[in-house]
Amino acid sequence: MAADATSWATKSGFGKMAILFWAILAALPLIGYVRDDPSFDYYMFMGQSMLIYGTAVLGLNLLIGFNGQISLGHSAFFAVGAYTTAILMNFAGMPYWATIPIAAVVCFGAGFLFGLPALKLEGHYLALATFTLAIAVPQLLKYKAIAGWTGGVGGLLLEKPDPPFNLPLSPDQYLYYLCLFVSMLMFWFVYNLLRGRSGRAMMAIRDHPMAAGTMGIDTALYKTVTFGISAAITGVAGALSAITIAYVAPDSFTLQLAVSFLVGLVVGGIASLPGCILGGVFIVLVQNSAQSISDWMKVSFSLRYDVPAWAIYGVLLLLLMYFLPSGLMGGLIALKERLFGAKGPDSTDDPAPQASRND
Amino acid sequence: MDSEATPLLSVRDVTVRFGGVVALDAVSFDVAKGEITGLIGPNGAGKTTLFNCLSRLYQPSSGEILFEGASVLAIPRHRIASVGIGRTFQNVALFGKLTVLENVMVGRHSGTNSSFFANALRLGSVIAEQRAARNQAMELIDFMDLREFTHWPAGGLPFPIRKRVELARALAAKPKLLLLDEPAAGLNHEEVATLETQIRRVRDLQGVTVLLVEHHMSLVMSVSDKVVTVNFGRKIAEGTPDEVKRDPEVIRAYLGTAG
Repeated sequence: MAADATSWATKSGFGKMAILFWAILAALPLIGYVRDDPSFDYYMFMGQSMLIYGTAVLGLNLLIGFNGQISLGHSAFFAVGAYTTAILMNFAGMPYWATIPIAAVVCFGAGFLFGLPALKLEGHYLALATFTLAIAVPQLLKYKAIAGWTGGVGGLLLEKPDPPFNLPLSPDQYLYYLCLFVSMLMFWFVYNLLRGRSGRAMMAIRDHPMAAGTMGIDTALYKTVTFGISAAITGVAGALSAITIAYVAPDSFTLQLAVSFLVGLVVGGIASLPGCILGGVFIVLVQNSAQSISDWMKVSFSLRYDVPAWAIYGVLLLLLMYFLPSGLMGGLIALKERLFGAKGPDSTDDPAPQASRND
Repeated sequence: MDSEATPLLSVRDVTVRFGGVVALDAVSFDVAKGEITGLIGPNGAGKTTLFNCLSRLYQPSSGEILFEGASVLAIPRHRIASVGIGRTFQNVALFGKLTVLENVMVGRHSGTNSSFFANALRLGSVIAEQRAARNQAMELIDFMDLREFTHWPAGGLPFPIRKRVELARALAAKPKLLLLDEPAAGLNHEEVATLETQIRRVRDLQGVTVLLVEHHMSLVMSVSDKVVTVNFGRKIAEGTPDEVKRDPEVIRAYLGTAG
């Protein structure tokens, strides 16, 4: 029970842990000055991807984990964010950083508008409706009539930004800090929402929509705005991905991307903020390591053919779900409870109420 | 008395049909300000249907509901809390994954107004509002004797505790009229006695008018100033507990016709 409780929001320790966590992430690029590793820039690039996917998962988690609406189409908002940035940089000559808030606003609008018809749909039906977004958007981006703006099948090539003010950073170190700053801001916004009036209303709708309405919550408004905010956050992640990869193309935003957000969400932990980052790490690491495991198996068992990487990915996912049904974050909390006894996360200042339970 | 001149709640000829079934048939009664009114009747008589009309979950087929003299039938469901009508549910409708404190704080939603934007940036006004809401919630948690459960997810608590959480949440909205749907169901003898004092204190200390649907007869008869009886969707009696207890129609509804 404790693992999926949202009581973390009322705990005083959470904010301090979060600051420590982000401080550690901010210190990681400094390793590059100490160790002379030729592939360090590649690690920095992986770090950027993890933060970007983590932020995309955060957007999805706000919708699914905290508001109880499902989306299989968040790759579409990721794409809209990426293309907004790409088009503005390419055709309006905007600096990359200025395109990020615009991508957020555009995606908020798109999400809000999509949230309106979504009001009529629940559960599986909403899943199907959002699924159509994921399959339609890559094709729409290739559509000939708008190919002048989107670059059609070939996509758009962008300029990779250099560190400003002559900072002594490599471009990838700098982009890592850019991603870190933006995703930290997104997490801070969501954390603030969740511990305030708006977030409580979102979670109340998730747990009991009718009672939420009786408590004075405008459920229709809150659901559409939450859809908009969720899309905006995932769109910001898309904008960052366009900037860091310096390239957008329709086939990077397929249904498979939408599914990997969902996988990251479930693996990290539904309705868990730290779980979003873990989900982002999982998406990047496991997709890479499935291929390396495949290579390793071929060599060490001297196999004739390649072991399919996606099959390995599937097995990894199954094992994870079997051993950690409430995600990595749920697993960590359970481990903490096992090591330090009792019910860690809930016991802020109150005695255990088990004694008075009588059911 | 002027409370009789302008009743807090006035139910006038309210009829509800579900397809061919008439759940409520031209029911009329008044609830005077500051009183505790009991609404009784056999299962399926239409009591919860009436509650659902009052909290705008159902739209009556005909009739009128006046609250402080103004119709409530045109206002949307989410505005009913700020108008001053709060309620609990027969089967307890808590936010299961939220803690007891968070549940009660959701009850403050209608009394607060910070925006998404202000919340996301955690402006000073939000912090002040949050602190006030938390203090008010903690007072109600103490009032309902829930201190030890403050940080527990509400969904995992025993049924009688959840009922108390729900009452605290309803009170958090500072309602003028509180609708209690079978608050004593599932409670033991001792808990019903506590509930009775709590209902009285809600009325006496907080000045809340109470409309109570209940099957627990000794509770209804001892706590109510007035009792309204419905059967098969129609009002069959109205009066003081003593009058209603002696009413032949009421006795027939509960015990069946002899011979």
